[in-house]
Amino acid sequence: MSNLLSSSIGRKLLMSLSGLFLITFLVVHLSINLLLLIPDGGEAFNVAANFMALPLIKFGLQPVLALGFIVHIAYGAILTAKNNKARGNNKYASGNNTKEVMWASKNMAVLGVTILAFLAVHMVDYWIPLQITHAVGSVTIGGVEMHDTYSLVAANFQNPLKVVLYVIGSLGLAVHLTHGFWSAFQTLGASNTIWRKRWTVIGTVFAWVVSLGFCVIAIAMYACGSCC
Amino acid sequence: MENNISLTLKVWRQSDSKAKGGFETYKLETVSTDSSFLEMMDILNEQLVGEGKEPVAFDHDCREGICGMCSLYINGRPHGPDDDVTTCQLHMRKFKNNETITIEPWRSAGFPVIKDLIVDRTAFDQIIAAGGYTSVSTGGVPDANALPIPKDDADEAMDAASCIGCGACVATCKNGSAMLFVSAKVSHLALLPQGQVEAALRAKAMVGKMDELGFGACTNTGACEVECPKGVSIANIARLNREYLSAKLKD
Ligand code: HEM
Ligand code: SF4
Ligand code: FES
Repeated sequence: MSNLLSSSIGRKLLMSLSGLFLITFLVVHLSINLLLLIPDGGEAFNVAANFMALPLIKFGLQPVLALGFIVHIAYGAILTAKNNKARGNNKYASGNNTKEVMWASKNMAVLGVTILAFLAVHMVDYWIPLQITHAVGSVTIGGVEMHDTYSLVAANFQNPLKVVLYVIGSLGLAVHLTHGFWSAFQTLGASNTIWRKRWTVIGTVFAWVVSLGFCVIAIAMYACGSCC
Repeated sequence: MENNISLTLKVWRQSDSKAKGGFETYKLETVSTDSSFLEMMDILNEQLVGEGKEPVAFDHDCREGICGMCSLYINGRPHGPDDDVTTCQLHMRKFKNNETITIEPWRSAGFPVIKDLIVDRTAFDQIIAAGGYTSVSTGGVPDANALPIPKDDADEAMDAASCIGCGACVATCKNGSAMLFVSAKVSHLALLPQGQVEAALRAKAMVGKMDELGFGACTNTGACEVECPKGVSIANIARLNREYLSAKLKD
């Protein structure tokens, strides 16, 4: 067991498990964000956001999520560095003409850094005001006073630059997952000739549904402003 | 002389493993499109010898696609522009008249250049020596009904066993990973009853050696299976992951 995690397959195991964990997180996140689209002045979204700020979730689940990101990013960096070393310093003068290789699969680290940049902006926009400085307005829903997260989101999406960044981040995520999703199952050994096709189809659909979901929310929030 | 072409060759020359190396350009006037790539290399070498120059060193042996020795990286692809063939099976009709062909050795940290186009692939032998065998002789061919093996398993084992250890998978991999080779060797034994006895030990030993020799980790790009002259599938890599992870978790 001990040297499992220092082996190449063991390190990939961590990439795969952390990646799949982040995928489940995305599902939860998207589900909550979709509440933004309900034309109720943000009530449902605020209640959900307030629920996610419960101590149990804030102090129980949030560190797990952070750990998921840290493991994924740290091992992604180690993996990339080791693989570059294994490739060696001598490049082919005639380049690489191998066809039928998915672009995403060769650019996972670059795509990851795109997501990371997006993540950083996201932390500054939401995590810091909501959980650290509490520099947000408040609303009372059903007798409970809570952060007016909805207004914070709505205000952010009035900035076209942020909408564009958000869309780019989401698209980067989609491309990362078109390879990442099936790759995670291949790494776990849960694949063969038939399942490879199935995972790729499921993964591609999943990646684009999630990504376009985030995009639609951002654009809709921008388009209808604070009216809905 | 319709089926003759002339070519410009850009060939990697390196006097020994320490030397820096660089490209030399040669012209060949009449090469039959019916000749194989290695025959074309022979013509080049005869020309060089005639000019009193040192011939280009390149690996080859069987010249019929079974030994895995021929190892040239041609115009951006291991074994050149054709699919599912080794360099010795590549025909000159795949090239156009007056084409410039760039010929390089496999390049990967695990396969250092020895001379010109020849690389050191003993790393593969070391991986095999670490566990790519059954410890006891399994005797001659038993009667087919004495040891029933499901047809699918037999087919997959046979496909995996077609790996000739050429190293094209490593040569093309952006991670310099030897996973396709190792997975083929682990799979063809793990799928059969005689090999299953030592399957867990074998997977651990071979992956351990692969890591120790500095090959990269697989990120499932699939370039290896595209370039493998024997069409070995990356489904074998999934099997290797499975074998290795379950072996490690049982420890
Ligand atoms: C919500 C965000 C993310 C999700 C859902 C995600 C998901 C995944 C998945 C499922 C894999 C495949 C694992 C495998 O092949 O075993 C993967 C691979 C990878 N990810 Fe991410 N990832 C995310 C963010 C990031 C970030 C922020 C980075 C780096 C800054 C990153 C870098 C990588 C790298 C380098 C790989 C390895 C490529 C490979 O093995 O194919 N990812 N990711
Ligand atoms: S798996 Fe294919 S490319 Fe790799 S060594 Fe075997 S035959 Fe060559
Ligand atoms: S020389 Fe034997 S495979 Fe090409």
